[in-house]
Amino acid sequence: MKDKASDSTPAPASKRSHGSWLFLLATIGLYGLVFLIDPDYAAGSFGHFVDMVKNILPILVLVFFLLWGFELIGGIKEKLGQLSGRGSGLKGWLLAIGGGILSHGPIYPWYPLLQHLREQGTRPALLAAFLYARSIKLPWLPLMVHYFGLSYTVLLTLAITLFSIPHGWLVEWLTTRRAPE
Amino acid sequence: MTKAQLLASARKSLRSFGRLAPVLIAVLLLASLLVDLVPHLIHMGVLGHGTLADMLGADLIGSLATGQPIVSYLLAGELSKAGLDLYSITTFIVAWVTVGFIPLPAEAAALGWRFALWRNLAAFVFALLISGLTVTLLGWLQ
Repeated sequence: MKDKASDSTPAPASKRSHGSWLFLLATIGLYGLVFLIDPDYAAGSFGHFVDMVKNILPILVLVFFLLWGFELIGGIKEKLGQLSGRGSGLKGWLLAIGGGILSHGPIYPWYPLLQHLREQGTRPALLAAFLYARSIKLPWLPLMVHYFGLSYTVLLTLAITLFSIPHGWLVEWLTTRRAPE
Repeated sequence: MTKAQLLASARKSLRSFGRLAPVLIAVLLLASLLVDLVPHLIHMGVLGHGTLADMLGADLIGSLATGQPIVSYLLAGELSKAGLDLYSITTFIVAWVTVGFIPLPAEAAALGWRFALWRNLAAFVFALLISGLTVTLLGWLQ
């Protein structure tokens, strides 16, 4: 098993970019293969892809401006990193869970921001709790109430919110423990 | 603040996006390929073999699926109408929204493979726990 140090050491940028482009090429190759087998399915899937891109583009633009703003006022980034660091306590948990619940849109545009927070020293537990709490989508809850009732929706939402804390702890423990010598 | 500072920070932010762009595009392409497969898997009879087996099956399908949570609510609502038990339905919903095997490479690129793998495996197990707790508590309340 890899130890903490080897996992936290980032790969050189060129190596990471190389792997990313290979992954994209492999995916395009898979599309080509599906197209040869079932052209209609491939065309339908590509339509989904275009819809997804259209959906997340405005959020990507918003996140870009947020990141740019953070770059310009660099001090805030460090403060945010400290706030979510080891000594952040209850405030850090509330920020992670509350932020997760209130965050909107698909996860992909949030990754650069989470990567930045991680580099600033944010606890893995808080990042995991943020990602877990993100599964609560307030605008969609009325539909869940319609299908499953109010009691079910309240119980499930509360369970996900509360379980985001032990989930965060568990992920932090798993990712930071060292392999037995 | 000078124009040069504005441009330098914009370039830095663009580079952050540029590094993730190929992975994001690839993951969206993969997701759109798989999104149509999920209903087929359900109709193929992967479900309907006892509560625990169905929960595990629902957990797996929910984990592989990707898309807006509204899709999982709609699918789960229809499966519920079809008679699938609430434990499996809940596991499916929770796994859909908390586990992401398809976006795993993008998550790993941003947060590291170790974090992404353990987070998703833990969420896979937690989907079963949350489902059990929610449906049991609901039974006591009603």
